[in-house]
Amino acid sequence: MELSDHLFRREAGRMVAALTRAFGLHNLALAEDVVQDAFCRALEVWKLRGIPENPSAWLMKTAKNRAVGVLRRERTALTFAPDLGRLLQTEWTLANAVEEMFDPIGIKDDQLRMMFSCCHPRLSAPAQVMLVLQLVGGFGAREVASAFVSSPAAVEKRLSRSKKTLAESGVLFDIADAADFALRLPVVQRALYLIFSEGYHGASAHAVIRTDLCCESIRLTRQLAEHPLGAVPSTLALCALMYLDAARLPARLDASGDLSSLFDQDRSRWDREMIDEGRAWLERSASGTELSRYHVEAAIAAVHTDAPRFEETDWAAIVSLYDTLMEIAPSPVVALSRAIAVAQLRGPQSGLEAIDAVNDRDRLAEYPFYYAARGELELRRKNNAIARDYFQTALALARNPVEQRFLKKRVDACA
Amino acid sequence: MNEFLYLYRGGQRGESPDQSQQIMQKWLAWMKDLTASGNLKDPGQPLETEGKVVKGKGATVTDGPFAEAKDLVGGFTIVVADSLAHAAKLAGGCPILDVDGCVEVRPVMKMDM
Repeated sequence: MELSDHLFRREAGRMVAALTRAFGLHNLALAEDVVQDAFCRALEVWKLRGIPENPSAWLMKTAKNRAVGVLRRERTALTFAPDLGRLLQTEWTLANAVEEMFDPIGIKDDQLRMMFSCCHPRLSAPAQVMLVLQLVGGFGAREVASAFVSSPAAVEKRLSRSKKTLAESGVLFDIADAADFALRLPVVQRALYLIFSEGYHGASAHAVIRTDLCCESIRLTRQLAEHPLGAVPSTLALCALMYLDAARLPARLDASGDLSSLFDQDRSRWDREMIDEGRAWLERSASGTELSRYHVEAAIAAVHTDAPRFEETDWAAIVSLYDTLMEIAPSPVVALSRAIAVAQLRGPQSGLEAIDAVNDRDRLAEYPFYYAARGELELRRKNNAIARDYFQTALALARNPVEQRFLKKRVDACA
Repeated sequence: MNEFLYLYRGGQRGESPDQSQQIMQKWLAWMKDLTASGNLKDPGQPLETEGKVVKGKGATVTDGPFAEAKDLVGGFTIVVADSLAHAAKLAGGCPILDVDGCVEVRPVMKMDM
């Protein structure tokens, strides 16, 4: 019997969500402890006795037993969620209550509820993202730290502060309230988008953790899209965007493990199934009048995946989509991407002018690909010495060895 | 062939679900190797951390065994090997060594001398 990849992580998210609903948000730490214990037990028993017939059920049952134990021991000392508090009064209803909180249909809603709760307005966007990764995704502090190129200690500290805020907020988000749901939805979408972006464009040198982030954000976005209130066009478009971008992940590193730019990616390594999946989501997202940034970004990704060769890319369409994106969600990074598309359409001179016109350009001062873009365009204008300086600056800002090797090659290309 | 008892002592728990899964997968691979090489006699059992110690003529019962976490026996396995040295060598592949634990290797006494 083999375990599926990340089975423990998936189950952790399910169990923490179910237990938090039962114990109440203020007992979040207790829920996490129970789950941690269940995994320790699984490790101890399975390593010698082998994997049980149904590993998920085994884990759930173990967590259930621990939960009953905790509830018996602590019911007078702790206050629990109001519903549970009433049921805990007798031994018989206690066991039933625990049984009910692990009901599989309920658990799906629990995870969504947890996702929305993690995106509490009192928390910053990065804090929300870290909480979603840990509490819903089952990532450990070390894994979160690896994703965000931070130290485990710093992440641990931040997470525990955020959890305190969350626990103090008292109640879990009510996903049945349509008005509240609609208000919180954009924040949840943004958190999922940030998780994806960190995987797709992020600074972590670990290809594995980055693919993990992409897969996890897709999984959670799909969960959101399965909920009647979550299945709005912007969510479907977000899903489309993730699939269409992630489809190109396999080609981003070449055979020697070096970063490969869109210009010279081996397009046969793009994942066709994911492209089809993305297209299907994009079509579904076209209902209604809402045009979100996710729609536009998914459309841009679709234009790229439509081109069998780089030279056949419809740059006019891409520039026009970036123009729309700049109206809906302007940012220096979007403006830079637009400038690169302009260069493809009208030549390097126009591209450089577009870069010069980027508002808030100083916000890109630490971004290696800002300088790399300038270098690329100067190189095309045969200004090799200037190009070289830009690539050197980019190289000095490179965030991991893969980026370093890529930019070193660009420096050498200017010789 | 002689029998040997492996006593697993200490060892850190996984810091995250993924890490626990990785540690476990290493154990499963190690057990599989021991089985494939014909050295696994009995995979053994894991032990709970709690326990009682019964002592003296009055059979006094106390909570035990009071070992520090790093010395506590968490489980056992029985292997067959040519010699104590061979059994110790096989234990060198045990994943508990990656997480600050240790394996105590003890020859099982033979009936027929």
